[in-house]
Amino acid sequence: MRIPCPYCGPRDVGEFTYQGDATVTRPDPASTDQDGWNRYVYDRANPAGKHSEVWQHSGGCRAHLIVERDTLTHAVGAVRYARGSATKAAARPAAKAAAKKTSPRKPATRAKAGK
Amino acid sequence: MAEYSAFSLLKNALNGHRDWKPAWRKPDPKPAYDVIIIGGGGHGLATAYYLAKEHGITNVAVLEKGWLGSGNIGRNTTIVRSNYLLPESIRFYEFSMKLWENLSHELNYNVMFSQRGILNLAHSPAQADDYIRRGNAMRLGGGDAEWLTPEQIARTAPGVDISGSARFPVVGGLLQPRAGTARHDAVAWGYARGADRRGVDIIENCEVTGFLREGDTISGVQTTRGEIRAAKVAVAVAGSTGRVMKLAGIDKLPIESHVLQAFVSESLKPFVDGVVTFGAGHLYMSQSDKGGLVFGGDIDGYNSYAQRGNLPVVEEVMSEMVAMFPALARVRLLRSWGGVMDMSMDGSPIITTGPLPGMYLNCGWCYGGFKATPASGFSFAWTIARDEPHAINAPYTLDRFHRGILIDEKGQGATPRLH
Repeated sequence: MRIPCPYCGPRDVGEFTYQGDATVTRPDPASTDQDGWNRYVYDRANPAGKHSEVWQHSGGCRAHLIVERDTLTHAVGAVRYARGSATKAAARPAAKAAAKKTSPRKPATRAKAGK
Repeated sequence: MAEYSAFSLLKNALNGHRDWKPAWRKPDPKPAYDVIIIGGGGHGLATAYYLAKEHGITNVAVLEKGWLGSGNIGRNTTIVRSNYLLPESIRFYEFSMKLWENLSHELNYNVMFSQRGILNLAHSPAQADDYIRRGNAMRLGGGDAEWLTPEQIARTAPGVDISGSARFPVVGGLLQPRAGTARHDAVAWGYARGADRRGVDIIENCEVTGFLREGDTISGVQTTRGEIRAAKVAVAVAGSTGRVMKLAGIDKLPIESHVLQAFVSESLKPFVDGVVTFGAGHLYMSQSDKGGLVFGGDIDGYNSYAQRGNLPVVEEVMSEMVAMFPALARVRLLRSWGGVMDMSMDGSPIITTGPLPGMYLNCGWCYGGFKATPASGFSFAWTIARDEPHAINAPYTLDRFHRGILIDEKGQGATPRLH
C-alpha cells in the first residue's frame, strides 16, 4: 500500500501514521451534550468499502492528510491536506520553490502516480 | 453417528479409512427456527452447542456465509491463555480456560489442547513490575502465574537471547503454565459435530442479506437461500459485525474492523516448548505439532475488511522474532495470511441482548477471540436462552461505552488500533 502524499509524492504506508475515521466531527468544545461527545469518542460507521480517513505523514513532511481508501481492497484514492486553508498556505511556497529550482520533485505529478 | 474412540480409529485404519461418516449433516434451511445464529465460526458454533446442551434449545440454525470455519477460527495463531489483569477479564477467561481443560472429552473430539505454557518476556524493570502485578492479579483471581528469572527462561526456552548485549535485554518473564495451544480447526469441527448431533442445523453457503421485522422486533433473516424466521436472532460474525449490523439499520457501533496477519515458517525439529511473547514489541510464537513456527504480531493498524495485510508489519514481526530468537534468522517463511478483527473501543468484547428487540450481539473480540471460544459460546447461549447475561458476560454490555464503565486491559483509551 502506498499513499500519494500531496507534498512528498507516493510513499510507502510505513511512513504514515493512521489516525482513524475522518468523518467523525468533534463537538463544539463548549458543548455539554453527553451523547454527542460519546458518539464522537466511541461510535464508528466502520464501512466495508469507501472510507475517508486521517493519516499523518509522520515519516515525511508530517502533514495530516485526508485519504479516501477502500477497506475491501486497500486501493488508495484521493488524498488531500486535512486542514485545507492552513496547508494551502504552507504548501504554496514549497511548491513555488521547487518550481524555481527546477527540482525533480514535482508534487502534483508524483501524487498522480500513486496507487 | 459413532463416538470417536481408539477402537474406531483402529477399525477404520485397518479398512483403509473408507467408513468414516461426515461429522455433520448438510440440511436445507427450514422456514422457521427458535433461534438463528448468524456466523458459523467458533463462537457461533459454540453458542449453538451450548444452547442445545445447557438449555435444551435444539431447534437452532447456524447460518454461515462461506464454509464452516472459514473465518477467524481457521486463521488465528491457536493460543489459549487467561493472563489478564482486570477482574472482569480474569473471571471470563479463567472460566474459558476451565472449559478448555475438558473440551476434548466434552466434545468427544480431540481439539489437541496442549497446556504447554505461555511466557511473556519482560525487557525493563518497569515492565517486570507490571507483569508481576498482572501475575499477582491472576493468582488472586484463581489462575496460575509464575515469575521466571533469565536463567530459568534459558532452561524453559533455550533459544531466547538472554544476553546482556541483546538490543532489549530480558530481565525476566511471566509464565502461565496452564496456557497453551489448541488445534483451531478441530475446535470448529468439534463444536459443529456436537451441535449437529443434538439437532442443530448448520447451513453453509447461506449469506444473510437482510433482517425481517415485525414492528420494531427482529423476526428472522433474509438469506441467499430464502427467508428464515426465528423469535431470536443472534449475531456472532466478528470482523463482519459492521456489515451485518448495517443490514439491521445499526449504522454505528464502538467497533472498527482491522486486519491482523499471521505467519507460519517451514517445519523445524522441536525448537521451542511453549508459547513465547516478545515484550519490547508485540510478537507471539509457538511451534505446531507439525514443526512450523506459528507467529504473529500487531494488527496493521488501519480499517480493513481485506483479509490481507501489508509489508511493514511483516518486516516488524520478522525483526522482532530474530531479536528474540537470533538462531531463527535463516528460517524461511512458508505462509502468511490475514484475518479481519472486530476491534472494540476498549479492547474487550460485547456479549449482550439487543441492540434491537429479538436480537443478540456477540462481537468486539479484537484479536483474542480464539481462546474465548468456549466461554463466549457458553455465556452467549445463556444470554439468548434466558434473555439476561450470565455472571461472566454481565460486564460486557454494549452501552458500557456511553456509560463510561469501560474494561480497558491495556489502558489505551478509545483507539481500537492500539488494543
